Amino acid sequence: MFARGLKRKSAEDGEDVEGGLAGAQAMPSYSLQRQSLLDMSLVKLQLCHMLVEPNLCRSVLIANTVRQIQEEMAQDGTWRVVAPQAAGRAPLDRLVSTDILCRSVREQEGERPGPDAGDGHTPDLVPGLATVPSAQALRSPQSSLWEVDSSRENRGGFQKSLDQIFETLENKTSGSVEELFADVDSPYYDLDAVLTGMVGSTQSGHGSGLQAFSSATAPPPSSSCRSDLGELDHAVEILVET
Amino acid sequence: MSNSGVSLADIISTVEFNYSGDLLATGDKGGRVVIFQREQENKSRPHSRGEYNVYSTFQSHEPEFDYLKSLEIEEKINKIRWLPQQNAAHFLLSTNDKTIKLWKISERDKRAEGYNLKDEDGRLRDPFRITALRVPKLKPMDLMVEASPRRIFANAHTYHINSISVNSDHETYLSADDLRINLWHLEITDRSFNIVDIKPVNMEELTEVITAAEFHPHQCNVFVYSSSKGTVRLCDMRSSALCDRHSKFFEEPEDPSSRSFFSEIISSISDVKFSHSGRYMMTRDYLSVKVWDLNMESRPVETHQVHEYLRSKLCSLYENDCIFDKFECCWSGSDSAIMTGSYNNFFRMFDRNTRRDVTLEASRENSKPRASLKPRKVCTGGKRKKDEISVDSLDFNKKILHTAWHPAENIIAVAATNNLYIFQDKVN
Repeated sequence: MFARGLKRKSAEDGEDVEGGLAGAQAMPSYSLQRQSLLDMSLVKLQLCHMLVEPNLCRSVLIANTVRQIQEEMAQDGTWRVVAPQAAGRAPLDRLVSTDILCRSVREQEGERPGPDAGDGHTPDLVPGLATVPSAQALRSPQSSLWEVDSSRENRGGFQKSLDQIFETLENKTSGSVEELFADVDSPYYDLDAVLTGMVGSTQSGHGSGLQAFSSATAPPPSSSCRSDLGELDHAVEILVET
Repeated sequence: MSNSGVSLADIISTVEFNYSGDLLATGDKGGRVVIFQREQENKSRPHSRGEYNVYSTFQSHEPEFDYLKSLEIEEKINKIRWLPQQNAAHFLLSTNDKTIKLWKISERDKRAEGYNLKDEDGRLRDPFRITALRVPKLKPMDLMVEASPRRIFANAHTYHINSISVNSDHETYLSADDLRINLWHLEITDRSFNIVDIKPVNMEELTEVITAAEFHPHQCNVFVYSSSKGTVRLCDMRSSALCDRHSKFFEEPEDPSSRSFFSEIISSISDVKFSHSGRYMMTRDYLSVKVWDLNMESRPVETHQVHEYLRSKLCSLYENDCIFDKFECCWSGSDSAIMTGSYNNFFRMFDRNTRRDVTLEASRENSKPRASLKPRKVCTGGKRKKDEISVDSLDFNKKILHTAWHPAENIIAVAATNNLYIFQDKVN
């Protein structure tokens, strides 16, 4: 199972992790299972990205799970970057060696890589991985290990996904729209009032348009609102012309 | 309730007894509210005492379209809460994701006859033709139950409302969404006070949401709210206007030996309920129900396993999204027992005094009316005994998320998808 720290029922013959290419089909390794869980989580996040109004609790829980997997992968060296001189070797060799590295690291630490798993890491790797939100650290030109690449892509990929998802949530619930929802006095929600406010404003733009009828000072449009600007401009244009 | 196929709109989404227990309200995915009333004692029909029959049905919420965000707003009723009865009429609050409505349910069993200015069929009489005045008389008519919306509390929630709770002062109530909690006065619809706000400045930093909230049953300044990280915060509204800082913080330390990638998800609290006494509160997470003493924040005083056999299936339950199901829980009137739902139309009851628990099933096939329910057992491994059901045979589409307990008697209401079951203790 995916439970970290729990022995799998089928692994009756001791605690060795059944990794390696040969064993992968018969009994998926822990890292493969974990990767599959990561992939599943990313798909789930993408799905709710496409839903009309995502269930925020579910999105947050899945995103936290993704982060957790990522942190563990960082800690037990799945994204360990091999030295540049290894770049000349065949990809297959590198795959095997990385896998063995992972296995040996895990065997050193026992079944459950704990928070102190950072001991086995190269110093220059740790700072890069510690700053989780910045994917730039991993984008620096490194060896072309495909596993590192794919995990880097994965990480960049799901980091991007996480950012996208929360940006989308922010778009749908942008700051200036929230000012609308605080302390409602007037029927601003009346579509006519909205349109009047927007038409009256000579400037195009999300924040200034809303300022026309928001009693509280609207905050400056956040960067996440910018993608809304084009759509709103378009909508106002159509409305004004009719 | 129809039993031929399941219409999505018929799925019951909330169940709630009123303060006396004579009325039982259900809300469904289609935005309808159905109220059942308990039959009074009737000598000619001795079996009918205690039966609940439909009293009123009305459309509470309609689907809406949010023009600003280009999003549809579901009409599904998330919660119903009754107000204490103050006169002949009954009042309840019902809410969907965005709008809370106060409904008045009143009876009309008389009608006035003999108006001066209009005929019996309603046509206006010519005033110049009226030669005599008469006093209209009240005549009995067939009972009519009317529901009318008295207040609409709208536009105060950016995120989805998950809870409403009436205060013990009977004048205010709170509504909670994923990130904020608002305080309302029942008479005032155009403004509300924000009392909790956990929205981070940068939404990318969001890691925790509010999952449920409730007012203390007796202390009108105290409320609690639970989170997706398995914590409960108790807040005192006297301490500050914005209750972002809690007075008490309830969290059980994690057991490191059972840690997995799913630990956080299964620790997320789906429901929090104060006991009637106000001394305890109960939280429901994915696998267990915990009872907390309000004076002890470090750990619960009781933990009851609902379906521990699911722990080894968490990955599958994550894959099919069942791990995100939000089960509710409830106290018996005397707080001596608690109840919560599970899968396969099973629900669990725990007696806190005897420490006994039982699994029962809400299904037509397995129970006849007025017959006692047979306890069920789930077989977790090894040899399956007769009458046991194995974990792999459980139907995860048949989930009991909503249950309610009569405030004074041992009568329970259990919502199984689109069917409502009402069970009571046998009297003799």
